[in-house]
Order: sequence, then structure tokens, then C-alpha cells
Amino acid sequence: MNTGINVPQIARFGAFYVAAARIRSMAKWKVIITAVDVGNPLFYLIAVGIGIGVLVESNSGTSGTNGIKYIAFIAPALLANAAITGVMDECVFPVIEGFKWRKLFYAQNATPITGRQIAIGVYLAALSRTVFSVTIYYLFLLAFNVVDFGISVLTILAAIMAGGSFGAVMMYFAAKIEKEDYFFNVMQRLVIMPMFLFSGTFFPLSSMPIYLQPIGWISPLWHGTELGREAAFDYGISTLMIAIHLVFLVAVAAIGLTLSIRQFERRLAK
Amino acid sequence: MSNSLISVRGLTKNFDDFTAVNGVSFEVAKGESFGLLGPNGAGKSTIMRILAATSTRTAGTVEILDKDPEKFGPLVRAHLGVVPQQDNLDGELTVSENLFIYGRYFGLSKRFINAKIEELLVFAQLEEKRNVKVEALSGGMKRRLTIARGLVSEPDILLLDEPTTGLDPQARHILWDRLFRLKEQGVTLVLTTHFMDEAEQLCDRIVVMDKGAIMAEGSPAGLIKEYSSKEVLEVRFGSDRNVEVAPVLQKMCERMETLPDRILMYADDGEKLLEQITAQKLHPTTSLVRRSSLEDVFLRLTGRTLIE
Repeated sequence: MNTGINVPQIARFGAFYVAAARIRSMAKWKVIITAVDVGNPLFYLIAVGIGIGVLVESNSGTSGTNGIKYIAFIAPALLANAAITGVMDECVFPVIEGFKWRKLFYAQNATPITGRQIAIGVYLAALSRTVFSVTIYYLFLLAFNVVDFGISVLTILAAIMAGGSFGAVMMYFAAKIEKEDYFFNVMQRLVIMPMFLFSGTFFPLSSMPIYLQPIGWISPLWHGTELGREAAFDYGISTLMIAIHLVFLVAVAAIGLTLSIRQFERRLAK
Repeated sequence: MSNSLISVRGLTKNFDDFTAVNGVSFEVAKGESFGLLGPNGAGKSTIMRILAATSTRTAGTVEILDKDPEKFGPLVRAHLGVVPQQDNLDGELTVSENLFIYGRYFGLSKRFINAKIEELLVFAQLEEKRNVKVEALSGGMKRRLTIARGLVSEPDILLLDEPTTGLDPQARHILWDRLFRLKEQGVTLVLTTHFMDEAEQLCDRIVVMDKGAIMAEGSPAGLIKEYSSKEVLEVRFGSDRNVEVAPVLQKMCERMETLPDRILMYADDGEKLLEQITAQKLHPTTSLVRRSSLEDVFLRLTGRTLIE
């Protein structure tokens, strides 16, 4: 064996090698990724700030949003949604590519790298991309004077947790896909869109009929948004609810990642 | 440590009710070039995946450098270079980036990998393509790059699954030349193929496989000597007459195979046999005398051709 190969070291750092390779591939798309990450907040903040927000406030002031300006109210939700979209991109396409389109995971698994490390590496790379996207979004929020610099920086963390939670579950489903024909349509129309609309994004979850509220309760977007709102302004949610949001996001991420790792290992060993 | 780098005993692999590999045993010594020859579906790729420590077995024992690949997957894989049947390069990255990231999966230092890349680009005749995206390479170039990638860690054993399938004749010959160089350098090669000429060119020793089992084992020349005659006379009388003349021809040679399009007659002197046929006033539309090949060995052992 090549004397430079240190198997225990690979066991410790293998996931980072995989993440580094993924980030290198992502970097090939840096222009498009940056354009999306800049364009997305820009368009939303303009449309909501000078469009919908004005309309909402001219009709009902800030009574429906706990006394907070409408743009500020939805900003943490937009941030969490941007994180979810970014993680989704990096947890779904590379996984289908890895197992099916280019079979890159099989190449990685032909080295001392394990299925577990591949899953964790892809996940870490997806989170890195999200840190980039969400940070840019946050800078726009500061620039548009939507939030004040300070503790509101924690909205970044809340958004990343929402993205990480959703992404871990999506990664598991992507690793299960044998035929991707309907997956994207179903995901977009039946999961992403309802989640975006019914997770207290544009109005408080409590203002919806009780039978629609469970969509928010099981949605990482709602939990991330609520935490983000608490960080961005004095939203007034209880410590217990903060704990519930945190536990939910961490638990879903842990379950999703555990299932993903198991599925990666199984599929690679087939 | 035993003399064998690879030791396989009674290897069996079932997929539900289907037995892909059935009680296979073989050994591969250091520096040897060993081939698994058989048609598609013979179980060759399944064996390769088990040797590559990426697939489990149903029964039997497998040891690679005295270690069970199922128990010591990463450690065993640290010794291997793997060239899969289907290229799985990262098409978005360049030639040298593909080599670099692969080297990193072995935990090798950046300095070592960068020096190795130079050496491998020369080996794979891809020096001028180093900064080209893999997507833009021809099939032959991708194959050479995949082999170069498998060598980045200086493996003890290089596993090649159908290394030239899908390549044009010229690309195949370039690849054979590269693999032959590795063989000369003492790299232990294990390859699967359904091309008899490839097995004859590259392998010191082969096992002939069919339906998950080993039919015969030996050197290409030894197998031909054991299971076939020195020469083969191929005659064609037209698809209708082949069957008609077959009983007459049968009496003239030691063994005969009637294929849909031609009759193969096995003899030590093919020209002499052809003279006997024409003396009988049986005039084939075409005739060809050639030396026996592994294809004839396979036909003898299984009653079928390698590529059907």
C-alpha cells in the first residue's frame, strides 16, 4: 500500500474530503449560484417592500403582525425559505447524480471512503452553500433596513437549521429514487409550495383555521421562521416554544441524516 | 502472509432467488495478470464488486491481502485501484481535478497527488487535456483517465471490469498497450472481459466462467491446448446446406461445431482437412483456416459462443 495512505485519518476526515469535492463541483456554478442568491432576495424585498407590504399596511396597519412592519415580519420566513431551497438543490440533484446519472458515489466508494462519509459529506457541502446564500440574504435585509444588525444575525442560524432539517429528509428521499420522472413535480407542487404558503410565511400560523395549522407544525419552515422572528425582533414567543422549535429542527435533521446514511450504505452495497 | 494477494473459496452470491455466483474459487498471486472470461451475465462483475469490497457475499470466504473485504472494507480498498465497467468520472471537473479529488479520497497529500498527476497524465496520454472538462473527452480518453484515476494511489491490485467494452478498435489497442505497460511494471491486474483477444493479450491466467460458475482455469495457451485442437477450419455452405453436409464432415475431424452461419472443424492441420473436403466434392462457399482461440474453448465448454 502507498505509505501516504492513512486509513484512520480517512476514517476521521473522509466526509470532509467528499464535501470538499462537492464544493469544488459547486464552484463551477458560482456565477449562477451567486446570481440566484443575489437576485432572489432583491426581487422579494422589492416586491414585498414596495408592493404587498404597502398594501397590507395601508389596509390593516401592523395589527395582524404583532405590530411589526410587514416586510420585517416575513423577512425571517424568506430567509428560511431561501435556506430550504438552497439545501434542497444541493441535497437532491447531487444525490441523484451520485447514484444514477453519473454514479459518482460508486467512484468515491471504490476508495476507503464509506457510504456514511459520502452522505455526511454531501450534507455538509449543502449546508456550506446555504450559509453562503443566507448570509447574502441577511446582508440585503440589513441594506434594506428590514432588520437591525445585532442579535438578528441569529436569523441566519435559524434559517440554516430549517434548511438543514428539510434537506436531511430530502436527501433520504433522493437516495431512494430509482426513477426520478415524477419526483420533482410532486415535490414542488405537493410539498414545497404548500409548505411555503401554509407555514406562517405571509401571516401568523395562528390566523389560519386550526385544521390547516398542522401543516405548519410539521414544517421545518415554520419552526425556522418562528425562531428567526424571535431573533430579528421581539416577537414574544415563550422559552418553551423556542425549545420546541429547536428540538424539532434538530430531531428532524438527525432522523433524516440517519435514514440517509443507512440508505446510502444499502444502495452502494447492492 | 500467504503468496496470494487474493484468495477466493466457494464464493456464492444470491440476489433473491437468482444465484449470480455459484461456489467460485481462485487465487491471484502478486504481479500476476488474472482474467475472468465469460459472456454477459456470467457473474464476473458481481465477483469484481465483492473483490472491490463494495458488495457482500452470500457464502464462501474472500481474502484480499489476508483481510476479509466485508469486515475491513476501507482498509482493503486502500490497496485497490478500481476501474468500473461504466466510467464514473465527474464530468464537470477537469481531467487533473478528477485525479486530484480521487487522490484526496485516499487521504494523500496535495504535494504527492500533484506530482502523481503529472506522471499519470503522461501514462494516459492526456497531458494536453489536463485542463479540459471530462465531458469533452472521447470515450477512449475517458477510459484512459479512469484507469489513471485508479492508479493515483499506487494500488497493489488494479481491478478492471470490462476495460475496453464500447471502445473502437484503435482505442482498444491504445488501452491494451497501457495495460501491458502496467503488467510489465509488476502491477497485479484482475480484469473481466468477454473479449477472448483481450484475455489472450493481457492475462497470464484466466478462469472461464458461465452462469456463475467456473468452467475451466489455466493460461490462455494452456486452455487452448487442453480444450481445443491446434487449428480450426471454418467452412460455410450456405445456411440450408450446412445441416445437410454436417454428418459427412463430422467423420472427417476430431470435433465439430455447427453454428447457424458456419461449421467449425477442429484439427491439427486445417489446410489438409480442407483438401479432404474438396476431394469429397463438397465445395464450401467460403473457408478459413485459423489457430484455435479462447472462443473455441468457451464453445467446447458451454456449447455457446461468448457473444451471442
